[in-house]
Amino acid sequence: MAVVSMIVNGREVSAEVEGRTLLVEVLREGLGLTGTHVGCDTSQCGACIVHVDGAPVKACAMFALEAEGHTVTTIEGIAGADGALSPVQAAFKEHHGLQCGFCTPGMVMAAEALLKENPKPTEHEVREYLEGNICRCTGYHNIVKAILAASGQAVSAPV
Amino acid sequence: MYDFEFVRPTSLEAAIAALAEEDAQALGGGQTLIPSLKARLAMPSVLVSLAGIAEMTGVCRDDEGRVCIGGATTHAVVAREAAAHFPALAALAGQIGDPAVRTRGTIGGSLANNDPSACYPPAALGTGAEIITNRRSIGADDFFQGMFATALDEGEIITEVRFPVAEKAAYVKFAQPASRFALVGVFAARMPDGVRVAVTGASEDGVFRWTEAEEALSREWSPEALTGLAPGSDGMIGDLHASPEYRAHLVGVVTRRAVEAAG
Ligand SMILES: Cc1cc2nc3c(=O)[nH]c(=O)nc-3n(C[C@H](O)[C@H](O)[C@H](O)COP(=O)(O)OP(=O)(O)OC[C@H]3O[C@@H](n4cnc5c(N)ncnc54)[C@H](O)[C@@H]3O)c2cc1C
Ligand code: FES
Ligand code: FES
Repeated sequence: MAVVSMIVNGREVSAEVEGRTLLVEVLREGLGLTGTHVGCDTSQCGACIVHVDGAPVKACAMFALEAEGHTVTTIEGIAGADGALSPVQAAFKEHHGLQCGFCTPGMVMAAEALLKENPKPTEHEVREYLEGNICRCTGYHNIVKAILAASGQAVSAPV
Repeated sequence: MYDFEFVRPTSLEAAIAALAEEDAQALGGGQTLIPSLKARLAMPSVLVSLAGIAEMTGVCRDDEGRVCIGGATTHAVVAREAAAHFPALAALAGQIGDPAVRTRGTIGGSLANNDPSACYPPAALGTGAEIITNRRSIGADDFFQGMFATALDEGEIITEVRFPVAEKAAYVKFAQPASRFALVGVFAARMPDGVRVAVTGASEDGVFRWTEAEEALSREWSPEALTGLAPGSDGMIGDLHASPEYRAHLVGVVTRRAVEAAG
């Protein structure tokens, strides 16, 4: 066993882990942050996306010990301290960007990373950025629309 | 996944010492290795992470004008930092997988793995890059030795890759839509010392140079020079995504698109 120390959602945390413990396991099982989902565990679906030092990472494809000394943000760290939704989260709600919600934490984390890099993406850029995020429910249209709306661009009103 | 000891050295010297242990294995970004460990396809006793070695990351230019990329540099960093030096190479890195894969995956891991559908092997072969290890320098023409096979020995790691810059070049990938890997990908380059065309995704022998196209493009660098040209389908990969005949046809189409994109 070894100890990993990192900053998760602004808080310094330490946990006992094995070499093989994945980042997603320590987040969900060690720290109880179950907002990060495991859809495939084979690097395909993106439900487990978190930010490490601000960049998107599949938490099922990174060892916990690789995060030693790094800053991790999960979906629980996105809303304001008072619970106010971030613009991306609010737009997902407004534009029906989710149905069952399983992919949503990963979608929101990917979208947050995209808008930080590219504050006014085109529809094509949004779709391209979401290549690693799979949704079985929505058909993606409303997810893309929500992200465009969150970036302050005009989209048609929700139906 | 079997357990292992995880170490993260901060110098190349310490990494090489750690890799000398029995059944030790290098860990780049883990984007290939972690899934294979989950499937119990590998059973290292020690994993040596290369991510903390500052001298193995980053992009720069050497005295000969080559773009030098540290072996542990991620695809995301190459996409950003090589853009001013070698746009075709940066664009290739920016098309690998998806953004999360690019945050972690590294050039050294990609070349060492030599997946027959990977994107970096055709860039290395298509420019005649030099692959530097902790022991020697290996020319791209000697480095790739068939699917998942390279000239690397046990415990040998890629510390740097030096790419000569092309006068004109482009990488065009016909992506397999589920995996994002190349169904067929072509790196076509007009180098100062001749034309090189390297193809990934197509051959059962892994990445290869398509010499007929190189000859045709040496006579005239234009998509038209390739009219009617396609490699034979013998030895092309056939799987549920595409037949050998379809892949051979795509090589012709994608090469023409690459030359067109290169301008
Ligand atoms: C969803 C998904 C989509 C992808 N799409 C693409 C794509 O479109 N194109 C593409 O090219 N790739 C793609 N990849 C693969 C990705 O680029 C990997 O990052 C890459 O192939 C391996 O790099 P890594 O740094 O993750 O290596 P690792 O997984 O850490 O290691 C792979 C192998 O290389 C060895 N190794 C690692 N670093 C070194 C080094 N410096 N020297 C010597 N040996 C080393 C390891 O021991 C291991 O055997 C995709 C991966 C995923 C998960
Ligand atoms: S659970 Fe990590 S990508 Fe699907
Ligand atoms: S909302 Fe159900 S998987 Fe996306």
